[in-house]
Amino acid sequence: MAANPNMIGGGRLTRAEVSGDKRRFEGTKVNRAALLRRLWRYLGKNRLLLILAVILSVSSSLLSLYGPKLSGEAINAIHVEEVLEDGTILSSVGRVDFDTVFRCIGLMAIFYVCAAALTFLLNVVMIRLSRRVSKQMRHDVFENLTRLPVGYFDRFQTGDIISTITYDVDTVNQSLSTDLLQILQSVITVVVSFIMMLTIAPQLVLIFLFTIPITIFFTRWLTKRVRPLFRRRSAKLGQLNGFVEEMLSGQKTVRAYGREDAVLEAFDEKNDAAVQAYTVAEANGTITGPSVNCINNVSLALVCMFGSLLFMQGKVGLGDLSSFVQYSRKFSGPINEVANIIAELQSAFAAAERVFTLIDAEPEKEDLPDATVLENVKGEVKLEHVDFSYIPGKPIIEDLSLMAKPGSLTAIVGPTGAGKTTIINLLMRFYDVDQGAVYVDGNDIRMVTRSSLRKSYTMVLQDTWLVHGTIYENIAYGKPGATMEEVVAAAKAARIHNYISRLPEGYNTVLTDNGTAISKGQKQLLTIARAMLLDAHMLILDEATSNVDTRTEQQIQAAMRQLMKNKTCFVIAHRLSTIESADHILVLDGGKVVEQGTHETLIAQGGFYHKLYQAQFDSVS
Amino acid sequence: MGRLKKYLRPYWGFMILTMAIKLFGAYTELMIPDLMETILDEKVPAGDRQSIFLYGGGMLFCAVLCLLSNILANRMSAKSSGQITRAIRHDLFNRLEHLSARQMDKLTVSSAESRLTSDTYNINQMLARLQRMGVRAPMLLIGGIIMMVRMDAALALVLIALLPIIALVTYFVTKKSLPLYTKQQTVLDKIVRTVQENITGIRVIKALSKTEYEKERFHKVNTELTQIDQKAGTVSAITNPTASLTLNLGLTLVVLIGAYRVNDGRMDSGVIVAFLQYFTMILNAMLGVTRIFVMWSKGEASAKRVADVLESPEDMEILEQIVPEENAPHIEFRNVSFSYTGIGVNTANMSFRLERGQTLGILGPTGSGKSTILNLLMRLYDADEGQILIDGQDIRSIPFQQLRQKFGVVFQNDFVMEGTIADNLRFFRDVDDEALQHAAEYAQAEFIATKEGGMNAEVQVRGNNLSGGQKQRLLIGRALAANPEILILDDASSALDYRTDAKLRRALRENYADTTTVLVAQRISSLRHADVILVLQEGAVIGMGNHEQLMESCEEYAYLARIQMGNGQEVG
Repeated sequence: MAANPNMIGGGRLTRAEVSGDKRRFEGTKVNRAALLRRLWRYLGKNRLLLILAVILSVSSSLLSLYGPKLSGEAINAIHVEEVLEDGTILSSVGRVDFDTVFRCIGLMAIFYVCAAALTFLLNVVMIRLSRRVSKQMRHDVFENLTRLPVGYFDRFQTGDIISTITYDVDTVNQSLSTDLLQILQSVITVVVSFIMMLTIAPQLVLIFLFTIPITIFFTRWLTKRVRPLFRRRSAKLGQLNGFVEEMLSGQKTVRAYGREDAVLEAFDEKNDAAVQAYTVAEANGTITGPSVNCINNVSLALVCMFGSLLFMQGKVGLGDLSSFVQYSRKFSGPINEVANIIAELQSAFAAAERVFTLIDAEPEKEDLPDATVLENVKGEVKLEHVDFSYIPGKPIIEDLSLMAKPGSLTAIVGPTGAGKTTIINLLMRFYDVDQGAVYVDGNDIRMVTRSSLRKSYTMVLQDTWLVHGTIYENIAYGKPGATMEEVVAAAKAARIHNYISRLPEGYNTVLTDNGTAISKGQKQLLTIARAMLLDAHMLILDEATSNVDTRTEQQIQAAMRQLMKNKTCFVIAHRLSTIESADHILVLDGGKVVEQGTHETLIAQGGFYHKLYQAQFDSVS
Repeated sequence: MGRLKKYLRPYWGFMILTMAIKLFGAYTELMIPDLMETILDEKVPAGDRQSIFLYGGGMLFCAVLCLLSNILANRMSAKSSGQITRAIRHDLFNRLEHLSARQMDKLTVSSAESRLTSDTYNINQMLARLQRMGVRAPMLLIGGIIMMVRMDAALALVLIALLPIIALVTYFVTKKSLPLYTKQQTVLDKIVRTVQENITGIRVIKALSKTEYEKERFHKVNTELTQIDQKAGTVSAITNPTASLTLNLGLTLVVLIGAYRVNDGRMDSGVIVAFLQYFTMILNAMLGVTRIFVMWSKGEASAKRVADVLESPEDMEILEQIVPEENAPHIEFRNVSFSYTGIGVNTANMSFRLERGQTLGILGPTGSGKSTILNLLMRLYDADEGQILIDGQDIRSIPFQQLRQKFGVVFQNDFVMEGTIADNLRFFRDVDDEALQHAAEYAQAEFIATKEGGMNAEVQVRGNNLSGGQKQRLLIGRALAANPEILILDDASSALDYRTDAKLRRALRENYADTTTVLVAQRISSLRHADVILVLQEGAVIGMGNHEQLMESCEEYAYLARIQMGNGQEVG
């Protein structure tokens, strides 16, 4: 397609630093609060599950938190050493308070069973929640992909976009399912542990006044450093993916030229960049865990030392000290976790940025709220003083007016690269005109729904496009629910039925993406058969038969004429017979409409068309 | 993962060192509660303040050692797993490039793509995490157990007795989840394919207003992926709570037994405190170990998919070279038969000879086997029967690099890549600028001069900013750039108007006299000057000769010539 899509407003995209001037798909940097709000909105859509998760999480945390308290109590009941006033030590032997021990142990067992059950349930709920969120994200990305203007895809590698919908969504998903839950649990654990520690030995809590700020400060510092690294990691992986997609689809050519090694070298460059970005991000991201762990160990040492002093002063019991130490580990554990998670979240944030960039990419303008549905189209197409340009300031079409009556044939003629597809882009409203208007049956096409506009056309493009599916599915693609009879009739009309019926699986033959067993010409016939099934009143033919051999083309011509009957046709024409019989001819050159009229008037004019016509006879004779 | 062992091998030493450092870190961490126990049990009752600070200082020292060794080891693990992934990807891409066309047809591009990206990424994650947690967790686990045994063997036995239960649960869960993860990756292939199709077919989809249908289609695979993902996750989620429950119940038993033993005076109560400390550690380590198994399952599923491709056999061998026949023509087909699927015939018993510098034209209805001849000549597929020779040498005996250097080719709807015009003309080859200029000139690609930047003008993804005719001329330029011995044009000028087509043919005649040309075309005017023209029908030759001969001898050819030269004229 000759579309130069630079002008399309597609998403807020930043240019990456990548080699040369290539446009690359990179996440838009947004502030963290906005990102979190957005992620939160996804979670909020599953409110029930979320509430359930919170309840489960709170209760399982509380339960498992109560464990150390109980075991501490049990130990206190076991350790009943006393230093009597006279200095003799009364040992615990024979004096263990078994009643308390049994009570505590019984409770512990019950609590742990409940905690395990709750944890499992919680896991299940969280898995559900996170998978729903990622499903929703993939859905949203895809939905927006279908709404984007066609030019958007001319700019970005398919593989890069795929990387977003697979890898990036997955990364977000992973941290949502584990990390958010962890944070939630951590907060609860921290609060409860803190209270517990306060009740046991308030003096020792002072130690944390020292260690916690260090943790917080450190984590913040590291996060700032790590986030751009993860952003890079996502971007580089996307680029690798884009390259892979491009080269694998062109694999046959690469092989035919024996350029495997050179392509491999180019691949290695991208691969190295991706690995490098990964290694740097990972190396820095993984500092957090051990660091915070270290801070915890330091506080444990401090607690132990000062706790011992307190114990020696008789201010705390041994059991209390034991519980306190356990709580302090529980207390710092989650902080450790949170720190880890925050590092992990950086990769999720970087990924989410890319996901949201794609979701936010500006779609085709919405249909107007009062847009009408085109119905019972007669097929009168009118262009009135149309101006159009892909790039502002470089007009392609200036003041073009045209009237195509129902059932008329308009031929679009011009040398290669003259911009013939531009006309089609405007008729189908892949692009909007800058000035003037296009009317169908007197309706400004901007005032009708896109879907009904496009449905009123049948279009056969030069690029054959088939989906992974059976031949039947491919022919019936434009008309859901078409019967086998209809499909066979269409295939017969397109002269492809004989070929299909000779295949072992017939109409149920599955076409794969490479589809070597089916030739390009046959693919084209299939797309023609697909068009045959549609009963629109307007037809767009784009050099559709250029890959078809002459004999078949003869037959297709006949079928086409039948198809064209009573339809308003726009044909990007190569055949003289088509042009001569056209009611109206648009002559394009250098991307612009240079002449228009009938064959006779144009020949009489002796202009560009005349020259073109002459040249054709020169070359043949 | 066993099948990818050779990629791990160069890093064994490095990874063992990483793990040793991790081990050291884990050891220092284990020392901490040990020291603590000494403080609480010996130093506190003795009232030895100095020792308390000494041992406390030891704890601090251990904490710092633990920090340093872990940071170092994590860095090393990122490095080695990155490098291993790099090597796997390199080989995988290399293998994918060299897969025969037949193998690629079977694998499909979308699956190849997701294996190369998503699967290698999973392997990467597994390797990195295995190194990070794979040592720490099991070591903490084993070390914790040893410490406990040393402290009090009887109490430790309680715990050890529980381990087989956990092992059993983990085993079954892993066994069940592995196939689920494999399935998950297969469904991911479908997602990739659907998105791919939607992007390449965006214009058709919009034109046919099939957006809703496509959304539905995506919704289906999306749901499928979600379900399988959920299932795999749920199965894996069993391990974790089971393991912690088992251990926690063990803990209560320890307290109970400890109570009796303290009561009997056979144990000191400080031991229980320390025991509980180790328990917490062991519990965390255990959860780490079970997580490793989950990671392993996922990585293993991906490793298998990668290994499947890497180990796919070479299905085209290079035969031993024999002395070429004398006075052999440049290209010869000898009784060649071929079928893509094994059902039906795409090329039937075909023979022809072509001298150096001659032009072969191939004509025939769609599906008659025109492109097949080209595929066979370039050895993208091997013929089922017969022989294809270049300069008297069976092409199966010519090494691929050597064979393919001979060709310049334009396929039907060939691919234009993102980059500059020059990049596309050069196509990764060693061609100087002058040669590019000439190639572009002969290919009638004068449009290049009108582009901003000329040779360095940007070509968009899939050549989207070029028209069909521009693309074709760019591709022809690419084919000419390296002065090919054999030029293959498969309907390469269909989007060109007559004038340009004629000019192209003239340029080829004048500048590439030694180049043997094979061209497939629909228009007789493109073929009529060929030295030999093959007329095909359903894989068989129904006419062979030059234009004049065929006009006489081949009814089909004469018929086509009549309608094409007659009223069915084409203009640009």
